[in-house]
This record gives sequence, C-alpha cells and structure tokens, in this order.
Amino acid sequence: MSEVIVLTSGKGGVGKTTSTANIGTALSMLGKKVVLVDADIGLRNLDVVMGLENRIVYDLVDVVEARCRLKQALIKDKRYEGLYLLPAAQTREKDAVTPQQMKKLCESMKGDFDYIVVDCPAGIEQGFKNAIAGADKAIVVTTPEVSAVRDADRIIGLLLANQIKDIHLVINRVRMNMVKKGDMMAMDDVVEILAINLIGVVPDDESIVITTNKGEPAVSVNSSAAGKAFNNIARRIDGQDVPFMDLENTDKLMDKLKKIFGFAQ
Amino acid sequence: MLDINQFLKRKAPAGTIAKDRLKLVLVHDRINCSPELLEMMKSDILAVISKYVEVDLEELRIEVSSFTDGDPMLSANIPIRNLKKD
Repeated sequence: MSEVIVLTSGKGGVGKTTSTANIGTALSMLGKKVVLVDADIGLRNLDVVMGLENRIVYDLVDVVEARCRLKQALIKDKRYEGLYLLPAAQTREKDAVTPQQMKKLCESMKGDFDYIVVDCPAGIEQGFKNAIAGADKAIVVTTPEVSAVRDADRIIGLLLANQIKDIHLVINRVRMNMVKKGDMMAMDDVVEILAINLIGVVPDDESIVITTNKGEPAVSVNSSAAGKAFNNIARRIDGQDVPFMDLENTDKLMDKLKKIFGFAQ
Repeated sequence: MLDINQFLKRKAPAGTIAKDRLKLVLVHDRINCSPELLEMMKSDILAVISKYVEVDLEELRIEVSSFTDGDPMLSANIPIRNLKKD
C-alpha cells in the first residue's frame, strides 16, 4: 500500500524541510521505498539538507511539463537503499504547477514507492495548495511558540476544508529545561489547543545544525536525540507502537555526559 | 506597597501566558468573525431587545469568547435600566 504524506506548517522556519528529510530517510532505513518531493518551487532546499544538491539534472517542473521522464528527474540517494529525491525547480515560481498536475504526479509515483513524502512551502497560497493536492495524510509541524501554533491551527482548518482528515502533529524544537520551568508551552498544552493526534516530539538539538551543515540526515547519527525522535516518528507512520521518548532523561543524560567530560560547572 | 495583581502577574510563567493568549486568539481565528459582522449582530440584537426593555448602552458587552472546551461562544451582558411598560 502506497501513501502520500505532506509535511506542512503554515509558518516558515519551524523545521518542515528538516523533518521531511529525516522522516523520509528513517522510513527508507526501515526498508521502505521512499521518494522525497520538494514542492517549494523557487526556494528549493530539500536538496541541500539531504546533501544531494550536486546531482540535480532535471526537476519537478521538468517532469510536469514533460521535458523529461520521471525516472530521469529522480535522484537516487546512494547512502540509503530505496531513497529518492524529486527536487523542486529553483528558477520558476509556485504557479508553474497546478494542483491537478501535482495530484497526477503523486498518483503516478504510487506504484513505485511505499511513501511519497512531500515538503510543503510556508504560507497558505498556491504552493500550499499544490503540495497538499495529492496527499492522503498530513503531518503538521509546529514549535511550542504562539505564532507557530496559531499558524498550525489555521493549516489544520485548511487541510480539513480540503478533505484531508488524516492529520498528525509533530512538535519540534522542544526545550525540556524551559518546559520544566514553565517558560515554554508543554507538549500537552499544544496538543490540547490543536486537538489532533500527536505523532512525535522532537527536542531542540544542536546535532540538527551539525548534520544539516554536512548534508547528512540526523537519523543516521546514533548520538542525536532529535534523530532518535525522527526515527520514532517514522516507525509510528509505519504502524508500530512506539512509546514517546522521555525527553527529561535525555537532558539528564546530557548533563551526565557533560559531567564526565568535565564541562559542567 | 505590594500590588497583588502585579505579584500574581509575575507568578504566571511564560508558558501559561502563551497558552492563554493562544486560546483567545484562536477563538477569533476559528470563528472568522470580522468586527463589522459583530457590530451588525450587536445592533440587530439591540434593536430586538430595545422593543421590550431600556438597555444601559454604556455597560453593554457583546463579544466572542470561548467555552472551557475551546468552542467559540457569543456572550452578551446586557444591563437593563427599565422595563418598558406599554
């Protein structure tokens, strides 16, 4: 069974592209055949986050406009079996593609892939409408901030209005030490407000900056707490029952490690 | 002198303030009710009620707020000066 999953948020900069790269890679590590689709036409970034920017020949718009076959535009990630990227066009604009064309494109890939993971651009305009057009399921990415949660709420409303009812929530960049002090909204607060199913909580983690700089997904780095969280999300998408990580303990573990290496006090 | 409100305000952690502000903002976002629409509703409600009672316009409050479960609710506080007896 094949599934089209769109990652969306409304607000920019909450970690859609990072989440797409990591969840997609993690799904391929589970033995699934996965294609990552960058729907952010004009502002492509999934290629650099994945470290595949030097291998682009054709892009999504070339496929839609029939300048090449789909197979020619797909970039095979040599590091992970079964992982492919369909890059966005960089020199075109959002209206280069219509929702109907995107829907057709997603449908055409269903035979070849278990998961088609679409990275949606920020905003609620044409790019958003394109990205969600072929989606069976949506993952809304937010951070525990007022602006991001407000935009997530609006996005959930728009997804429902577009008949996408299978909606899940990822809360990204949680800082457990601040939550404990009451200075940041807790996961329960965000879930209560948005009232959708929570599929993952990702801690704020420096390893994301480091792995993104190198162009390698954090899920392949064993020591990364965020990578672990993304791996768990992939397993939940795959239907496994994975308990939520105890983020407090990861904090404590970090403190312990710091103490061992003499960084504390 | 210690202002009890100031004291309480300082006690509310930023996370709780964020949640409360969000809830309020979302009530308005979700119902998608423009100030113009609310004004029109207000004047229509007032026109009906004024047929029977004299309303204290100074203290009149008609606004969108929320139930505890977050669903939007139209709440009205309409103080009555006098019943109209005719």
